[in-house]
Amino acid sequence: MSNSRSDTEAAEGPEASATVKDPMREGSKKREGSTKQAGADRSTDPLRPSDHIDGDGDSRGDGVDSPKLNVVGWLRWGWRQLTSMRTALVLLLILAIAAIPGSIFPQRMADPNGVTQWKADHPDLFPILDGMQLFDVYLSAWFSAIYLLLFLSLVGCVIPRIKHHLKALRSRPPRTPARLGRLDDHRETTRTVAGSDPAAAAEQSIAIAEKQLRALRYRVQRYDDKRGFSVSAERGYARETGNLLFHLALLGVLVSVGVGGSFAYTGQRVVVQGTSFVNTLLDYSSMNRGRFVSDDALAPYRMTLDSFDVTYQPFDPNKSSSGQAGDFAANVTVSEQGQKEREDAVRVNHPLGIAGDRVYLLGNGYAPTITVKNAKGDVVFHDSVPFLPQNNSTMMSIGIVKVADGLPEQLGLQGFFYPTSAKLATGALTSVYPDLINPTLTLNVFAGDLGIDDGTPRSVYVLDTGSMTQLTGGKTGTKSIELAPGETTALPNGMGTITFDNEAPKGAKDYSQSVKRYVSLQIRHDPSEQWVLVFAVVALLGLVLALFVPRRRMWVKATVVDGVVHLEYAGLARGEDPTLAAAVEDLRDGHARLLDADGATVAVAEPEAAPDAATPDAANPDAATPEESEPDDRGRFDKLGDR
Amino acid sequence: MNFDSLSILMIWTAVAIYAAAFIAYAFDLAKRSQVAADAKAVVPERELVGATVGGSASSAGRAAGSGSAGTTAPAPQRFVMARIGTALTTLGFLFHLAGTVLRGVAAGRVPWSNMYEFSMTGTLLIIAVYIGVNIWFDLKYLGTFIVGLVVVLLGGAATGFYVEVVPLADPLKSVWLVIHVFVASLGTAFFALAFALSVFQLMQARREARVLAEAAKPGPRFLATLPSSERLEGLAYRFATVGFIFWTFTLIAGSIWANDAWGRYWGFDTKETWTFIIWVLYAGYIHARATRGWRGSRSAWLSIVGFAAVLFNFTIVNLFFKGLHVYSGLS
Ligand code: HEM
Repeated sequence: MSNSRSDTEAAEGPEASATVKDPMREGSKKREGSTKQAGADRSTDPLRPSDHIDGDGDSRGDGVDSPKLNVVGWLRWGWRQLTSMRTALVLLLILAIAAIPGSIFPQRMADPNGVTQWKADHPDLFPILDGMQLFDVYLSAWFSAIYLLLFLSLVGCVIPRIKHHLKALRSRPPRTPARLGRLDDHRETTRTVAGSDPAAAAEQSIAIAEKQLRALRYRVQRYDDKRGFSVSAERGYARETGNLLFHLALLGVLVSVGVGGSFAYTGQRVVVQGTSFVNTLLDYSSMNRGRFVSDDALAPYRMTLDSFDVTYQPFDPNKSSSGQAGDFAANVTVSEQGQKEREDAVRVNHPLGIAGDRVYLLGNGYAPTITVKNAKGDVVFHDSVPFLPQNNSTMMSIGIVKVADGLPEQLGLQGFFYPTSAKLATGALTSVYPDLINPTLTLNVFAGDLGIDDGTPRSVYVLDTGSMTQLTGGKTGTKSIELAPGETTALPNGMGTITFDNEAPKGAKDYSQSVKRYVSLQIRHDPSEQWVLVFAVVALLGLVLALFVPRRRMWVKATVVDGVVHLEYAGLARGEDPTLAAAVEDLRDGHARLLDADGATVAVAEPEAAPDAATPDAANPDAATPEESEPDDRGRFDKLGDR
Repeated sequence: MNFDSLSILMIWTAVAIYAAAFIAYAFDLAKRSQVAADAKAVVPERELVGATVGGSASSAGRAAGSGSAGTTAPAPQRFVMARIGTALTTLGFLFHLAGTVLRGVAAGRVPWSNMYEFSMTGTLLIIAVYIGVNIWFDLKYLGTFIVGLVVVLLGGAATGFYVEVVPLADPLKSVWLVIHVFVASLGTAFFALAFALSVFQLMQARREARVLAEAAKPGPRFLATLPSSERLEGLAYRFATVGFIFWTFTLIAGSIWANDAWGRYWGFDTKETWTFIIWVLYAGYIHARATRGWRGSRSAWLSIVGFAAVLFNFTIVNLFFKGLHVYSGLS
């Protein structure tokens, strides 16, 4: 019904709009008396784009009128289009659709390895899709264009509404409509007068209603004239305040994210048990920083990994939880400038805060300690080498050892680490449990050129065997080196020896501490975090206000008819207001009680005065609650005077 | 018999009772068609007025009311099958609740940390919201829809998603598991109701248009006993807005959790992306309701698309999309 109603109003638009644009215009006075009230109404109405369902329905923004053919005309027309409800809606829908490809194609920001993999799998298609920025959807030109337009529309829509709302907050409730009976939510009663002055009794009843409404937190205004007394009341301005807060807060989130990004940095670093990390650019293995993060912006602190805790579910081949790891804790010692050293822990879900940074535990693994000696017995390599876990439930891990100096040839060792090793039927080794029960390290030895002498950066996790010869393992016919903690064996060709050091303290009875662990940490600094949170929470609160605070007007009017006081109650809502009818009835009933107490008038025992308008529920057995029979008042809030 | 197997037994019992409730509700719709036909035979012109010209909910309700008064069936008995359906649904809910609680006891934590448990708790909340809302509004005509949906989801989950109890993965050990997931499920429940109402709204709108055009067959007859499309739309909107607020909270809570667990509050992980898409779709729906030319059937479609995205997010995205949210518990 409201559809068709608005449509008719759209048709009679230009006339209706005249009152909006200039309610005080000469011409409006010539119209029927209620027109002026419409002007008064609108001063406290929330402002809405013209194609809003409650809008005044003029042709602005409907897209049917052609603008004046000059630049200003076109600009004005374009701006109106951009700030219309329809544009906002369409942009929202486009935004939703545009976000989808980012969940289908791997994104560089979330899953860079996935992108590499995709490229390898679809070498032909990749350049085309990459050209369309489908692997950077959320940074792409087209995605940005959509949300920027949306927010431009939002700004253009919200600014005039703020101005208008600020004014509305200061203005008085509008004049009481001449004929309250035309409103859907309308009740009437009649009371006889106890004293001799019906007019005074009528005025008294309105004064009581005024107090009552004020107590109900309405803003009230008396409108008395020679035809009668009335009070006009309005409440729920918070609805519009909430709506504006919500939209502004969204803008706040966007700006915080955008600006905050320039001041944020995120770095990654692997730290082996017993070693330290210093928060300087040099000490990071990778670092992303915003435009405004200078080289010396990082707070200088040192963090040492003392130990790493983890628990594993007990071994049970019949349970899927067998070997599941948990309760990770990287126990660290932190020293900040000018402060005492402190011990703390980095845990999953519990990042460690240091000097405005947050330190996260991203991963962990084993770092077997390996010592290589040359033929003379000099140590040419000694380090704990982080191995990358290939499988979380067994922690089978792969690592690379590069011995660049001190041997006749450069050596590259490709290592496999099995924390709890077992032999497969084929004779190959495997790991069956992630904890250190029966650790074994196997190594394939490559000799030749590591390719690091010319300064080319090489990943420490990759061995380029292109210009090297394999000496053990694989197809060489020589068994690969196989070591348990503490064991030493000879390198091929009499080059020297290699030891898998046992790191367990003296007297340890098992292998549980034989191999060092490492953690991979992420250190993040993002000053915008708090702002984003604050704006998001404001948005949520604004939303609750905007959707649940009823914005309504109430009127109580008293007229003296044939010596009795005739009382009318009416309500009108802006937006969804399912309990309006009940509110009008409550007002009437409450008022009746107050009047009874006052005693100036006496209730007339009579059936409902106006069965058609006053009691829509009476004939409706289905109406279990007042809401059930609630008529929809949308579109009428600001239409009152026009009819 | 341990707690978990007892829980499974409860869940299957609940599915069976829900299935019975579904049948009762289906009979109810059939019965409604009969009532509508009778009413039409008695006062055809009244019904026409109520459904179309009057438009507003009160007059439609009045017409339906007086229509039934004109038939021989006394009013309170009218939708007895719907009452049976609701009684069965409530009974099923009790078993469902017991099953869910037992699963929580068996696991020693909240019962919503993998697909099987999400389904269990999510559908439990759908039923809870459905029963709860029926205290205020008579929405029993949604019974077939809601209970049918739950039978499929819960039965499907118990068949396809079941996993034994395993200890929580570290990232899940957080108060946010309790809050974020629970509120997301609650939001889903409200979206589900809005979805069902929007579907009926579309059907009702079609029927109203046909009645107005005096078509010979205006569509399913039971619709005549339902509120007008406008009233259905108003209800759908109300549930969708409640769902939207919960969803907004879910989004924020999820970001706070991600900021603790994954080292950033937002990263367009697939699940985050879909949660965002759903949020934007419902924001679109709420706007559409306020946009001339979009209120009515067009906005109803948005509510339907929004819920389709919710289901997609829960099933397809959980199972087949790569991302950090690898908590389905299935491999
Ligand atoms: C970032 C994009 C936007 C989002 C997510 C969004 C979301 C919302 C939501 C959730 C509501 C319901 C709350 C309420 O009724 O007060 C709403 C209402 C509203 N929005 Fe937006 N909005 C966006 C942009 C815009 C733009 C660009 C405009 C202006 C053209 C606009 C105008 C309105 C209006 C007038 C209402 C009140 C609707 C009513 O009367 O029911 N919004 N918006």
